[in-house]
Parts: sequence; structure tokens; C-alpha cells
Amino acid sequence: MFAFILRRLLTLIPMLLGVTFLVFVLMSLAPGDFLTPIKMQRDVPAELIAELEREFGLDRPWYVQYGYWLGNVLQLNLGYSWSFKVPVTDLIGSRLFATFLLSLTSLLFAWCIAIPLGVLAAIYKDSIFDRVSSFLAYAALSIPEFFLALLAVWFAAVTGLFPIGGATSIEHDFLSAGGRIADRLYHLVLPTIVLGIGGIAGLMRIMRANFLDAIRSDYVQTARAKGVPEGWVMFKHVLRNAINPLVSAFGFSFSSLLSGALIVEIVMNYPGLGTLIYHSLLREDQFVVLAAIMLSCTMLVLGNLLADICLAWSDPRIRLESRD
Amino acid sequence: MTAPATPAAAPLLEVKNLKVHYPLRGGFLKRVVDHVRAVDDVSFTVARGRTTGLVGESGSGKTTIGRALIKLAPISGGSIRYDGSELVGLSNRAFLPFRKRVQMIFQDPFNSLNPRMTIDGIIREPLDLHFPAMSRADKRDRVAALLKRVGLEPEHMHRYPHEFSGGQRQRIGIARALAVEPEFIICDEAVSALDVSVQAQIVNLLQDLQAELGLTYLFIAHDLAVVEHISDHVLVMHQGKLVESAPAEEIYREPKDAYTRRLLDAVPKLAV
Repeated sequence: MFAFILRRLLTLIPMLLGVTFLVFVLMSLAPGDFLTPIKMQRDVPAELIAELEREFGLDRPWYVQYGYWLGNVLQLNLGYSWSFKVPVTDLIGSRLFATFLLSLTSLLFAWCIAIPLGVLAAIYKDSIFDRVSSFLAYAALSIPEFFLALLAVWFAAVTGLFPIGGATSIEHDFLSAGGRIADRLYHLVLPTIVLGIGGIAGLMRIMRANFLDAIRSDYVQTARAKGVPEGWVMFKHVLRNAINPLVSAFGFSFSSLLSGALIVEIVMNYPGLGTLIYHSLLREDQFVVLAAIMLSCTMLVLGNLLADICLAWSDPRIRLESRD
Repeated sequence: MTAPATPAAAPLLEVKNLKVHYPLRGGFLKRVVDHVRAVDDVSFTVARGRTTGLVGESGSGKTTIGRALIKLAPISGGSIRYDGSELVGLSNRAFLPFRKRVQMIFQDPFNSLNPRMTIDGIIREPLDLHFPAMSRADKRDRVAALLKRVGLEPEHMHRYPHEFSGGQRQRIGIARALAVEPEFIICDEAVSALDVSVQAQIVNLLQDLQAELGLTYLFIAHDLAVVEHISDHVLVMHQGKLVESAPAEEIYREPKDAYTRRLLDAVPKLAV
């Protein structure tokens, strides 16, 4: 198990090298750099710009710059964000926490709704409940996320029940520890629902299909023949066998949520990683983009690793590596 | 068999005019337009302590009969009397005592064991349900004894089904069925999915168990050769109806029904 995890983590190194290299090449192909805005200000002396270019290594060819950057990363220095005027590590750190929190709550929300709905839809197949829930699932799939986000903002504005945007209130820093947590959660409610709803539909359909497959298995008949009560048959024999694909899906949704939250973050003014990447791409804030992309890759690998470990834990047939 | 009906020889199971019909829906409003007559007006008896073979081709309704007997298929009509009690129309709760007395061994040894449960869990589950007073240690001993009885090692109880071969899995299925000390076992194509040599081992195991425990079998199969070997009495089904019912030797010596003759002709013979 340990060797398996280590091996997976080691594959991260060539992957990160490849991805950052590509991003570096692409960004150097694009015209301009993060100093372009100040170059266009007439009152900035040319000497200062030349000095800055030297300082950031922008006068060198891109491969030399990449080498510099790599050297800095190895010393855990991710660089400086020109547009936000803070070290990249500080910037990413605060945004990462906000996005991570939102991903986690919306994943939990989607799972907690999708699994029971999918199970019930499978048990009461072709009933009114099944039809209504699948209609709602398709409706949820077809509504674009930004529209749902707009609806949520409108709802918050009209009723005043929820904050219109942001991750914390203005007075957040003056609250007690418990108050801060409550404030965070309060701000998470609407973004969580908006992000979660899109996921529910897909997960629910997967759950329903797998559950139906498992219900038809002979071991379900065996359990009934043993005299196991019907509810227990569904829970112990069917659900445990039907849940595998959802566990694998978990890894992917985990990583995609980090980048997929962009539109919701923009509409709902949520200070997450998505908006950060977007803005820094627009401003060619190279080091922020690189750091954010490295982070996304790492999340993808970690998410899949997590899913594999969960899968091996829940299904005895799956072993991560041979026993010898 | 054909012995005169005396009170001592009262059959364990008496099925009368059993019908299992599945509705066929069609048209715009999905109304019931017809029925699939999976089992149509079938009557037979099973003698205590004997083996009754039930043969027929795929889709003839033999498996449906087996399932209907233990309330796993919807019964449309008829009566099933088991040891004097009527089973048709019982609620799940009222049927529970019969689940202890009647067990089933399923056809597919690969799909009939829950892949997520250890062998111990699979065999112990019916014990938990039907012997709630039994202590943990007693249950463990019983699982070990059952595994030993069907020719497996007690240490195997901590393994999962995928670690066993088809024949071993079918032995686990038999141990599971025996766990609740049933008197009547329905073997639904119990050996069809196995290699011929393994088939013989399992059939012999079933016969040993019958001699030892006085079990009654309903042996469902499409393979007449196997049924001939194990059965005292043979029932032949064709398209949901019972076409012939006779002692085993008789059916092989002089089959009366045309369909039975066709089935017998289909059994491969060695050219001498």
C-alpha cells in the first residue's frame, strides 16, 4: 500500500515538469508579458522597466527563464504576483482554502442527495417517483451553471436570507472562532447548492443504473432465499456492490471541481482559485498561472489516488498491488 | 415414488395447478395485452427423503417453479402445500419459518455469492437470521464444520468468493444452504455451470449429504444424464407445462411423451 502511494506520487514529478513546460512555452509565445501594462504608462521611466526586466529575467530567452523558475520552485519559492503585489504562495494559500471548502461541501451535498435518490429510483423503477426524479435530473443537467448562479444571487437579493456574494462578511475578522466558522458556512450555502445541483443529476443516473444491475444479480436472490429482510438486502447486498463507479467518479469530480467552479465563483463573487486563474491569465501573471496549474495537476493525481484507495478499501476484489 | 399412498408416505411437497404468469404490456397506454405463461397449470408431488428431477429445455419454466416454491417468483394461481401447510398467499413474515426449512442452491456459482462478503459472512448470515440465540463462538464453529463437511478448509472462511474456483464456490453455496439445517433443498441447475469432472464431485457430495441428513431434493437440470444419475422420480417440462411424470428408470426405458423422447435422443451416447 505504502509503495503504491509513493509510486503514484512520484509520477507527479514528470507530469508537473511536462505541464509547466508546456504552459511556459505557450505563455512565451503570446505577445507581451506582465510588465506590458506599466510599459504603456508614459510616466514610468524606461530605465526602471529595463531594471525590472533584468530583475525578473524577462530579457533572457524563455528556456533560461524556465530554468530560473524551476530553480526557485525547488527552493519552495513560487515567485511574486505582479498584478496582486504579493508572493504567489500567500495568494494561492488563501484562495486554495476557499475553493477546497466549496468543492468539499458541494461534493458532499451532491452525494448525499444523489445516492438516496438513485437508490429509490432503482427500487421503485418505472414508478411516478422514478419518472419525476429522472425528469428533474435532466432538467438540472440542462440548466447552465451560470444561470443557476444568477438565480441564486437573485434569490439572495430578493429574500435577504443569504449573503449575495463573497466567502466571509466584512466583520469576519472581529468575530469569535465559532462565529467565524458560522459566517463561513453561511456564505457557503448558496454556492454549494448551485455547484452541487449539476453533479446530482449525473451521479444519480449512475447510481440508479448500477443499482438496477446489482438488483438482478443472483446473490440478491440468494440473500432473499436466506430470509434476509428486503431493506437489508438492498442496503447490505445491493448498495455495497453498486457503489464502485461512484467511488471512482469521486476522484475526478474532486479535481474538476477546483477548475470547474470558475463561472460560479465569478457570478457569486466567491474568492476561489477559479477566478484567480482567470484573472492572472488575462494579466499574464505568469507565476500565478504556473502555480495554479501545478496545483490543479496535483489535485487531479491526489483525487484519483484517493479514489483508488477508497475503492480498494470498499471492494475486496481490488488489490492495489500483488501481495508478494 | 409410486408406492401406495399411506400416511407415512405423505409427500413433503404437493403442488396443485401452479401458475406463474407475467403480464405483457403493449400499446400506447401500456395496458396488459397478454401473459407469458412461464408456468401453466402444473401439478406434482415431491416424496420425503427422495430426489425428484425436473428437466426441460431453457425457458421451459423449471427455474421459475423452483423460485415460486420459495416465494421468489410471483404466483398467479394454484396451491403449494408444504408438509401440510399452504404456502401460497403467505406474507414475507409468515413465510420466514419456511426459509429455514427450504433452501435453494443456485445455478451460477460466480454470481450467487456476494463478492463483497467473506465466506464466513455468507454462511453466517442465515445463522444470524434463523438462530438468533446462537453464540458467536458456536456460529464460528458451525461455519467451520460446514466448510469441512463440503470438502473445504475451515481456514477458508476469511477469504472472499473470487479466490475460489467454480466447484469450490458451488461447495460454498451448498454449505450456505445447509447452514440452517433445511429438510428440503431445491438445486436449481446446481451443476450446469461446472466442468464434467467437477459436476460428478458435486453430485456425489449432494448424494452423500442426502444419505447422511435425510434431505429431500428437487433437482432442476436441463441435462438428462445428470438427472438420471441422481433422481428417483423425474418430471419433464415443456413450454410451461408438465408433459411427463414417472419414476426415473421408467422414463428412460419407455418415455411416453414425444418431447421426452426428443430430449432423450439429444443426450450424446458413446457409439459401441
